[in-house]
Amino acid sequence: MQRTSDQASDTKRWGAGALVFAALAVVGGMSNAYVISLLTIVLLFTFMGQSWNLMLGIGGQLSIGHALFVGIGAYAVAILNIKYGITPWIGLLLGAVIAGFVGAVLAWLSFRFEVRGIYFALLTIAAAEFARIMFGGWDYAGGMQGLFYQAPSGAMDLGMLRGDARFYYFVALALAAIGVAGTELISRSYWGYVWRAMRDDDEAARALGVRTFRHKVLVVSISAATAAVGGGVLGLVQGAIFPDSIMGMAISVDVLIGPVVGGLGTAFGPLVGSMAAIPLHHAMGALGDALGLPGLNSVAYGAVLILVVWFLPDGIWPSMVRLYGAVQLPARGRIPQLRKVEE
Amino acid sequence: MTALLEVKNLTKAFVGLVAVNDVSFSLQAGRITALIGPNGAGKTTCFNLVAGALRPTAGQVLFEGRSLEREPPEAVCRMGIARTFQIVRPMKDMSVLENAMVGAFSWTTNVREARDKAHESLENVGLAGKANARTDQLTLPDRKMLEMAKALSTRPKLLLLDEVMAGLRPTEAARVVGVLHRLVEGGLTILLVEHVMRIVMEVASTVVVLHHGAKIAEGKPSEVVADPAVLESYLGAGFHA
Ligand SMILES: Nc1ncnc2c1ncn2[C@@H]1O[C@H](COP(=O)(O)OP(=O)(O)OP(=O)(O)O)[C@@H](O)[C@H]1O
Ligand SMILES: [Mg+2]
Repeated sequence: MQRTSDQASDTKRWGAGALVFAALAVVGGMSNAYVISLLTIVLLFTFMGQSWNLMLGIGGQLSIGHALFVGIGAYAVAILNIKYGITPWIGLLLGAVIAGFVGAVLAWLSFRFEVRGIYFALLTIAAAEFARIMFGGWDYAGGMQGLFYQAPSGAMDLGMLRGDARFYYFVALALAAIGVAGTELISRSYWGYVWRAMRDDDEAARALGVRTFRHKVLVVSISAATAAVGGGVLGLVQGAIFPDSIMGMAISVDVLIGPVVGGLGTAFGPLVGSMAAIPLHHAMGALGDALGLPGLNSVAYGAVLILVVWFLPDGIWPSMVRLYGAVQLPARGRIPQLRKVEE
Repeated sequence: MTALLEVKNLTKAFVGLVAVNDVSFSLQAGRITALIGPNGAGKTTCFNLVAGALRPTAGQVLFEGRSLEREPPEAVCRMGIARTFQIVRPMKDMSVLENAMVGAFSWTTNVREARDKAHESLENVGLAGKANARTDQLTLPDRKMLEMAKALSTRPKLLLLDEVMAGLRPTEAARVVGVLHRLVEGGLTILLVEHVMRIVMEVASTVVVLHHGAKIAEGKPSEVVADPAVLESYLGAGFHA
């Protein structure tokens, strides 16, 4: 009885997801260049938001330095491709492996020495800033001048991941779809259950046999590896990478704004949140430039964050779901880590 | 009869207070042993020491002959000891069913198997009808039952129950007592902290009495309640038989 109703809502959820992505594919076929490039960024940050969401929304571990992993991915792809002509596919794989390893080491060291919660989050910023400065001084990787991809010839080349703006739109769309489906699948898997258990109550989870230490290291590592894949593609889309932009604090904020605004721990939240926040960011940026107020986009970001946390503490997506009662959520998303830090 | 669990000279000192003081007892396999004593006697601390949540200041805990004092709680659980928390700790953002599934992942990675086990555990404690509820929709007695279901899902050999029947109506408590008997018939060993003496008398084959951290009596329930030292310890704290 319960199981069949579960299956019904499963079907509904997957169906809804398929529809949304089909609609986005149609949009990609019709829209103008500006909309395409903006949506490409939205979808890439949806994917990276999913990776961040996996870590906090499901695994209960807060990172505010995801730019570290995004940057590692971007540099792995760029260095291999620009310097050695190696296909970005290899770069994406290598970037994911390196970022996964860096994430695992960072998590292992912190959790081993009981650096948790907000202190772990501070450590992630420190690591990202350290890496940014290191890459800035690393001449081989272009230093502060960064690395530039050759302008695309225009012809689509899937093997080298090169093509026009529309091509990258569909790459980003595929990634976002993988992110949404992957979050859904992981959240309903063995990992999802034990991660959510340790997110809600570490001590109680351990008493039930969950080896929370290794699972925390694992979730950070997977989150890092997937963020790196997003970073690798982001670098390709932008055509150039600079340490200050690809590893800067702004990237860390862009990564987390989608899931925080959209709904933490949900599969669709990061998509909805990125759709809402990133175009706003761009529009405010343009408006700010026009008005000679360069900080306007950051102010807008901050305002959106405050409004959402104030009025929709679970995020936009869970609130929408509650309004329409259409889809069952895997878990009510809130900010578990912040609650835990209070004790 | 072999002892499943042996506690030897167990001591836990907190700052300014010895919560468990040189306590020794052993649990016979396939029996229910009750651990009783007035408030603050050290019962929960004893559980925490056995379950690996606290490190003892001195003494030993042997489970099936293996020493447990240095093992973390997750390892203790995986060896076959499950515990409930006196102050309930549901996973707040997971459903009742999902809560009951977590423990099953200590022996399987198969979600369907875990779900089946969770349904069985919930059935055992009388929560089958509330599987899809959120934990904050449960009454306190139901949350205690959820604690028990979570622990049962780990397929324990030894179950440590810390006041799980508190607040239950007598008919409900009687039903749970029936469940405990059934679990024990199935081979489970139980160590039970319980304040209601009537229940203790009914289910326990052995009673261990703590007072101010020290063991003051041990024996059959009928012997223990007749023990002057036990009566005295309880009279001071308000005996509610
Ligand atoms: N972490 C701790 N730090 C300091 N003192 C503690 C700690 N845990 C328990 N105590 C103290 O140890 C003593 C024994 O506590 P414990 O919780 O084991 O008692 P109990 O027998 O379970 O009591 P109750 O019947 O009220 O549950 C109490 O005086 C308690 O205040
Ligand atoms: Mg107690």
